[in-house]
Amino acid sequence: MILDERERAELERKARLLRYLVLRTVHLSGAGHVGGPLSAAELLVALFFKVLRIDPQNPTWEDRDRFILSKGHAAVGLYAAMALQGFFPIEELKTFDKGGSRLQGHPDMTRLPGLDMSSGSLGQGLSPGVGFALGARMLKKDFHTWVLLGDGELQEGMVWEAVHVARRYELGNLTAIVDYNGLQQYGWRGAGRGDRADPWEKMPPARLFAAFGWKTLEIDGHDFEAILGAAAIARKNAGGDAPTAIIAHTIKGKGLSFTEGKHAWHSRVPTEDEVNQAREELGLSPEEVPL
Amino acid sequence: MKALREAFGETLVELGAKYERLVVLDGDLANSTKADKFEAAYPDRFLEMGIAEQNMVGVAAGLAHLGFIPWLSSFTVFFSHRALDPLRMLVAQTHANVKIGAAYSGLLTGYTGKTHQDVEDLAIMRAMPDMVVLAPLDAVEARAMMHWATAYEGPVYLRLARDPSPVVLPEDYAFTPGQILTLREGKDVALVGTGVQTARLLEARDLLGEAGIEAGVFHVGSLKPLDEAALVDALGPYRVVFTAEEHSIYGGLGGLAAEVLGENDPKPVHRIGIEDRWGESAPNDWLLEHYGLSAKKVAERVLKEVQA
Repeated sequence: MILDERERAELERKARLLRYLVLRTVHLSGAGHVGGPLSAAELLVALFFKVLRIDPQNPTWEDRDRFILSKGHAAVGLYAAMALQGFFPIEELKTFDKGGSRLQGHPDMTRLPGLDMSSGSLGQGLSPGVGFALGARMLKKDFHTWVLLGDGELQEGMVWEAVHVARRYELGNLTAIVDYNGLQQYGWRGAGRGDRADPWEKMPPARLFAAFGWKTLEIDGHDFEAILGAAAIARKNAGGDAPTAIIAHTIKGKGLSFTEGKHAWHSRVPTEDEVNQAREELGLSPEEVPL
Repeated sequence: MKALREAFGETLVELGAKYERLVVLDGDLANSTKADKFEAAYPDRFLEMGIAEQNMVGVAAGLAHLGFIPWLSSFTVFFSHRALDPLRMLVAQTHANVKIGAAYSGLLTGYTGKTHQDVEDLAIMRAMPDMVVLAPLDAVEARAMMHWATAYEGPVYLRLARDPSPVVLPEDYAFTPGQILTLREGKDVALVGTGVQTARLLEARDLLGEAGIEAGVFHVGSLKPLDEAALVDALGPYRVVFTAEEHSIYGGLGGLAAEVLGENDPKPVHRIGIEDRWGESAPNDWLLEHYGLSAKKVAERVLKEVQA
């Protein structure tokens, strides 16, 4: 066991707060994505509270781990995690998507300190991750690079260009985490883990990464113990000759009865009633929520 | 005569000695672009990225944000078209300190045909915020621009060419971003070029001289930034302007001149370039004749318009 009961309960509470903040923020701005941030809630909380070597007070620290949210439409989840971790006041989430905000619809590193890369156009995050990992080696630095991708964006060819070169250069200091929720904005007819077909049912992502020579781990992406265990293995692989892919099996819209497994919640805006329902389902009192 | 790509390879080596954080990323074309000279000199700072230009651009963005100065080596078309989206989001939108060595621009790309003949890149790059867009006249200016670009903090698109072209500028030439170069003074008719096409305008001027027309010749190597006032001033004394480029007549130098003069000093601007069609594989001389870019064809066009 990596976590004791108290630590696990605290992380789970943070994930519930993050889910609430995602809904509340999207409701307040009238725009944004819900399903993707919810599937990645545990991953983001684990990264920002346990895995990443970062200092919210010193976001430009040279030796920090680098993190790239390749699935940039989950920005609001990233902002919630950063706010909870103290990169900026939680109150600032109210500016999300507003004119002049540091919290753009997709992450903009030129506006918000603490972002190591901008993202939004899908399939592009792994490549600058390769750049960070290659650069770390050339600079003889021991920081690790983590890239969080959605499974939908694995459909972009550029991802596999990066997968090839990362293995070619033996970048053990690079880890790709795939938030494998099996749903995307529209997808294919049928039923997989949600109300549409699983895009990867005939070609599981773990097999694809393994075929390129990556070290591959498959976990339950909502289980903190599993996430932290896999992250520890990935960091230990840093000295090895292959990057690590953590395929995190998740559920899109996870945590709320009305969003789970429903592709329509990819970018729907919740009503006030839905935000309140979410708060209740998450077991949070009105006094307990920060926004 | 000297090819811009030769200057590219040699200057990378020069810059490698001066900047220890300079790295070169290649898209499997180093023996064409001459970036192989850099690999020979600095093998540890040469990163072969294979036939995967989108990723190459993304890797460069990551390296740039760690403090490296990546120079990229590939053909023009694989930057401005194949890798355009990462170039836009990861490089330009993050103001990454990435230098794009866009070899093999325009029509003269060594019998490749239209697939590799990029005549749209200037229009694309000019429209992209944060991007500096440079098209050197000769090997001397290519070298000078590379020195400037490496010292500058931010993305730069450098439009190079494959085949040897005349060396026009003196060895001690210093590049200033935005500048308009006056190569020959004249009256009534101004010829304005960019890239290696400018050298052909000097020849065209001689041909026009035989017909009694004394044309001024100007070079716009820095399409962005551009000193608009300097362009308006330089062309002020001329009644009619001809632009010429190995590029579409849309959005490149012709577009630029029409925009700037239209707003500041309206006068006829005739755009000589590729007229909304594709290139094809053929010998260089044939291509220049066929697409109206040879000195002779430029002179004929000028005479036709002036006499009309």
